[in-house]
Amino acid sequence: MNQEQESETPSEKVAAFERAVQQHAIQSYHLRLYIAGASQLSTRAITTLTAICEKYLHGRYRLEVVDVYQNPEQAHADNVIATPTLVMLEPLPQQVFVGDVAHSRRLAAILGIPLPE
Amino acid sequence: MRHSPHLSARRHVLQKAPTGIHGIDEITNGGLPRGRPTLVCGSAGCGKTLLAMEFLIHGALEYAEPGVFIAFEETADELTRNVASLGYDLELMGEQNQLVVETIHVDRSEIEETGEYDLEGLFIRIGFAIDSIGAQRIVLDTIEALFSSFANEAILRAELRRLFRWLKERGVTAIVTAERGNQALTRHGLEEYVADCVILLDHRVDDEISTRRLRMVKYRGSTHGTNEYPFFIGEHGITVLPLTSASLEYEVGDERISTGVAQLDEMLGGPGIIRGSSMLISGTAGSGKTSLIATFVDAACRRGERCLFMSFEESVSQICRNMRSIGIDLVPWIDQGLLRFSTQRPTAYGLELHLMSIIEQVHTFQPRVVVLDPITNFSAVGTTSDVKAMLVRLFDLLKSQDVTLCCTSLTEAGGDAEHTDVGVSSLMDTWILLRNIETHGERNRGLYILKSRGIAHSNQVREMIMTSEGIKLVDVYLGTGMILTGSARLLAEAQAAAELAQAEARSERRARDVERRRRVIAAQIAALEAELAADEALWQEEARQEAIERRISQTLRHSLRQERHSGMHGEIPSSQVRLDSDD
Repeated sequence: MNQEQESETPSEKVAAFERAVQQHAIQSYHLRLYIAGASQLSTRAITTLTAICEKYLHGRYRLEVVDVYQNPEQAHADNVIATPTLVMLEPLPQQVFVGDVAHSRRLAAILGIPLPE
Repeated sequence: MRHSPHLSARRHVLQKAPTGIHGIDEITNGGLPRGRPTLVCGSAGCGKTLLAMEFLIHGALEYAEPGVFIAFEETADELTRNVASLGYDLELMGEQNQLVVETIHVDRSEIEETGEYDLEGLFIRIGFAIDSIGAQRIVLDTIEALFSSFANEAILRAELRRLFRWLKERGVTAIVTAERGNQALTRHGLEEYVADCVILLDHRVDDEISTRRLRMVKYRGSTHGTNEYPFFIGEHGITVLPLTSASLEYEVGDERISTGVAQLDEMLGGPGIIRGSSMLISGTAGSGKTSLIATFVDAACRRGERCLFMSFEESVSQICRNMRSIGIDLVPWIDQGLLRFSTQRPTAYGLELHLMSIIEQVHTFQPRVVVLDPITNFSAVGTTSDVKAMLVRLFDLLKSQDVTLCCTSLTEAGGDAEHTDVGVSSLMDTWILLRNIETHGERNRGLYILKSRGIAHSNQVREMIMTSEGIKLVDVYLGTGMILTGSARLLAEAQAAAELAQAEARSERRARDVERRRRVIAAQIAALEAELAADEALWQEEARQEAIERRISQTLRHSLRQERHSGMHGEIPSSQVRLDSDD
């Protein structure tokens, strides 16, 4: 282990990092947002999420908005109990976020969004 | 139109949804508050899920109220398997729209919180499940799982409060289960939200014996039993025994039944003991308790009555074999279904479970006679007061059903014979004491009736003898101020018999003497009479001769006188002349 790590030169590490950034930039996203009707939380979540996606993931995301009132079977299939719930279907691993997507460093990190410092 | 205050109050009386669980409906006077949530809390493994599930199953099957089971912890498969052991088919009930199991599984590690949220999704799923079968009952098991799934407690608490209000509005009767907390009833203070009815389940281990208990902590708007009620989980699910409330208001009859020993019946005033009463047979080891009780059982079976024999010491075959030696064959009664044995070691489980297993068998078998042999062994699984409390409840229950109870109690050798280890003697109607009487180098069994309520009974001691034809009671030998038993009695009896025989022989001999003398005297009388008769005959002959002579001489004198008067000498008849000359 140690030997392997040491064999990796700093320049190689930088190269790997660059590759990852490159990959991230071309990564496409499949998001599903569960909301409950036209509640304040729902609308806020839709607005925020759409804004984030448009700003940072323009052209390489797919966002489905599912109303649990209208499509309870779908909510059931994704085991949704809280709303709003954001299910990130791609990239894998699948992840679940609960809340109105107001401020999420983690979500931003995963989506490859520069953190608003 | 005026309503009387009474009537309008009645209309507002709390409606109740019966649980169908044996005992709970009695404690709650009819069931859980209809249309309101009830909190069932307790530590792990105390039977919360089962209680909730039974509430739904009974509701669907017995009260036509379909139910929804929202499982936060177990899967539908697991639940189906678990209740299958109680004989219920959840899948079938699901197909018939009687019961729906909805699994809601949330794993915190999968969820990241990104801001504010509500549990509308949960509401919708619950609502969807309720609407799918028109459910009137719902179980949330256990909703506290949400606390481990969501980090924001403030949101969660607000949402739970909203959930319970929403369930109330929908009018479904709900059971919410929760884990017992360290200080509070529940770990997350759910009792704050579900305040209408709270049931606490407990599973305690005392002296290595575990007992489940149930307590109604609160029940708004209804009277309820407040005690801790033991319950057990058996083949038919949960059974709660609200027996501490068993009252003393039972009807008693005065039918009498034989004990199987004719002489004992006689001691008990003739017909035996009262049906539906309780009989205790106490005695030291080997004093014949089981034999006496088997005789009683045999007599009951002969009358065609069903008997339940709870044996806590011996196996069925052992008892049957032993009883054959005194001429009692119990096997045919078992074959005919009149006698049922239940053999369990007292230590096999706790007192409550014993009690309920007996009660369950009484319910299913419907015996007229129940035998417990011996009750003293229960002291191994509980304190004296526990055992007594359990037996009191059992006795009351059996009495209320007119079942005759007969139990044996082992008295420690050297201890006070008029003492039972479990202190139940005061509860018993009839107490028969068997005692080993040790005299003249042998032990014999003495039988006393210490008491027998409502029966004029003998105050005598009898000796109990076991013969190959069964149990016999014999009078003890009461002579010269001594009570003798066994061979001493036999000896005394033999002596008495010998004396009697001698006396009889004496009187017979005297009778023979008198008879002989009577015959001798009779013979003497006959001889004397014969002598007298001979004398009489002689005397009559002489008298006749004298009469003849007198007549001849008269005739002669007459003819002579005539001769002299005429002066002529007539010819004298020759015979007369000759007779005269002979003189």
